[in-house]
Amino acid sequence: MGLRSILDRLEPHFAKGGRFERWFALFEATDTFLYRPAIVTRTTAHVRDGIDLKRMMILVWFAVLPAMFFGMWNVGYQANSVFATQPDLLAKASDWHLALIGLLAGFDPHSLWDNFIHGAVYFVPIYAVTFAVGGMWEVLFAMVRGHEVNEGFFVTSVLFALIVPPTIPLWQVALGISFGIVIAKEVFGGTGKNFLNPALAGRAFLFFAYPAQISGDAVWRALDGFTGATPLAQAAAGGTQQIIADGITWLDAFYGFVPGSIGEVSTLAILIGGAALLVMKIASWRIVAGVLLGMIGVSLLFNAIGSTTNPLFALPWYWHLVLGGFAFGAFFMATDPVSATMTNTGKWIFGGVVGVMAVLIRVVNPAFPEGMMLAILFGNLCAPLIDHFVVAANIKRRAARHVQQ
Amino acid sequence: MAKQATAKEVLLDPVFGNNPITLQILGICSALAVTGKLETALVMAIALTAVTAFSNLFIAMIRNQIPSSIRMIVQMVIIASLVIVVDQILRAYAFTLAKQLSVYVGLIITNCIVMGRAEAFAMQNPPGLSFLDGIGNGLGYSAILLALGVVRELFGSGKLLGHEILPLVNDGGWYVPNGLLLLPPSAFFLIGLLIWALRMWKKEQQEPAAFKLAPQMKAED
Repeated sequence: MGLRSILDRLEPHFAKGGRFERWFALFEATDTFLYRPAIVTRTTAHVRDGIDLKRMMILVWFAVLPAMFFGMWNVGYQANSVFATQPDLLAKASDWHLALIGLLAGFDPHSLWDNFIHGAVYFVPIYAVTFAVGGMWEVLFAMVRGHEVNEGFFVTSVLFALIVPPTIPLWQVALGISFGIVIAKEVFGGTGKNFLNPALAGRAFLFFAYPAQISGDAVWRALDGFTGATPLAQAAAGGTQQIIADGITWLDAFYGFVPGSIGEVSTLAILIGGAALLVMKIASWRIVAGVLLGMIGVSLLFNAIGSTTNPLFALPWYWHLVLGGFAFGAFFMATDPVSATMTNTGKWIFGGVVGVMAVLIRVVNPAFPEGMMLAILFGNLCAPLIDHFVVAANIKRRAARHVQQ
Repeated sequence: MAKQATAKEVLLDPVFGNNPITLQILGICSALAVTGKLETALVMAIALTAVTAFSNLFIAMIRNQIPSSIRMIVQMVIIASLVIVVDQILRAYAFTLAKQLSVYVGLIITNCIVMGRAEAFAMQNPPGLSFLDGIGNGLGYSAILLALGVVRELFGSGKLLGHEILPLVNDGGWYVPNGLLLLPPSAFFLIGLLIWALRMWKKEQQEPAAFKLAPQMKAED
C-alpha cells in the first residue's frame, strides 16, 4: 500500500490548519477516487446497504459505457458511409479531426477500427472539454464553500457529452457544461439541491442559444458539407414511410445505425445499461415504467385521432421508443434521483408526465423536433409539486381512517 | 421617516445600495421585455426616470392636500398623465422606437417602482428631495437596464446601439451570436447573476436563511 501511505502522509497538510488547507477539496477528490471514502454513514439515517453516493455514481457511469462505445462507433460509421459513396467530400475536407484520423486509421465503413477511431476523435475531445471545464467549476465551488468534490459530476459530464451532436464546436461544449453546472446546480447549493438535471439544462441552454449547431440537418454526421436529417426529423416530414424509404428499418433504429446525438442512437445499448441500473435499483423502475406508459398512451391516442397534415400523428409507439433521445432520456435522465420525485406514487406520475410531454412536444409542436429534453426538464419542475400532493393525499387518507375507528 | 435623508443619499443610494431591481425586485417585467437591444433599454430607462422624478415632484407638492383615503387614485392620475406625456413625446420624435417599445411605455403606469416611490417617499418628503429620489431610483433602474442591454445586444447580436462590434459568422466574421440572449428569459439569468455579484460585494444585502437544517445525529465514533 505505497500509494495509501503517501496519501496518509500528505493528509495533515491539507487538513484544517495545514499549509494547503484551501486545496483540501482537490486532495479529498483524489483520495476518494483512488480509495473508498473514510467517512461512512453509521447513524440510522437512510441506511439500506453498503452502497454510497460514490459507488452509485460510478455504476451509472459504467452503465452508460455500452451506449458510449456504440455511439463512438456509430459516429464513425455514419461519416464513413457517406465518404464511401461521396469520396469528393473527403478530398475537399480539411479539418484537424480528419488529419488525426488519417494518422491512426482509414475511412472504411466496414472496418470496426476505422469507425471506432473516427468516432473517438470526435467524442474524446468533447468529453475531455466537458470534464475539464465542468470539473474546474466543481472544484472551484467546493474550495470556496469548503466541502468535498462530489462524484455526481462524473455522471453529469458523461451524460452531457453523450447528448450533444458529434460536430458541436468545443467552445460551445465548454459554455454548455458551465451553464449546466453553475446555473442549474451550484447556485442552488450543489449536488442534492438542484431541481433540474444539470446535463439537460446545459443542453437546453445550447439548444436555445446556438440552434444552428445543435439542431437541424447538418450537424448529426461527423463531416462537413453534408446534410442528412435524423430519422425523427424524417418522421416529422413524412411519417414511417419516409424513414423506411430512406433505407432505415425499425431494427436499424433499435440497434442504432442512424445519425443522432452521440449516445442516444442505440436503444439496444441503452437498454443493456439501463436494465443493469434497474436490476441494481439505482434507477427507479417506476419512473421508467411511467415514462413508457405515458408515451405509449399518448401515441396510441394520437394514432386514434389521426391527422391529414401531420404525419407524426400516425407514428406508432414502438417507433417513438427508438427514435431520438427517448430511450436515453427515459433510462439515464428522467431517473436522476435528485431532480425526479421522491415518493413511489410520485415516481409513477412523474414518469407519466415526462412520457406524455415528450410525445406531445414531438407531435404537436412544429418548432422542436425533439421533445424528450424539454419533457424531462418540465417533469423536473413539476417534481416537488407532485411529491407535495402525494404526501398531502397520504396524510389525508390516514387522517380519515383514524376518524372512522 | 424619522431621520431626514440627505440629498446625496437619496440620489445615489438607490443605484447600488438599495437598487429597485436587484434588492427590491421591482420592475422586472419591463427589464425582461425591453433589454434585447441597448437602444430600447436606454429610451425605457430615460422614460421611467422622467416619470418617477416628476411624479414624485408633483405628488410631494400636493402631499398635504391629498386625502389619505383616495391617495392611490390621485397618485395614479398624476402618474398616468405623465406616462401619456412621455408616450406622446416618443411617438412624435422617435416613432420607430416607440413602436419597438410597444406597450411597455404605457405600462410604466403599473411599474411598481413609480408607485412605490410615490407612496413610500413622496408622500412624506418635500418636493425637492422627492424629485432627487425619483431621479436616484430611475438611475438604479437605468443602471440595471443598461447593463442588461449591453450584454444582451453585444453577445446576442454582436452590436451596440446598432453598430457592429463583434463581426458575425453569417456576415463573414468570427462571432457566433448567442440566440438565447435575444429571448426575454435570458434577462432572468442575467439579473440573477447581477444580484449574486452585488450581494457578494455588499454583504448587508444578503437575506437571512429562511430555515436551518437540523444537524445530523452524531456518529458513534
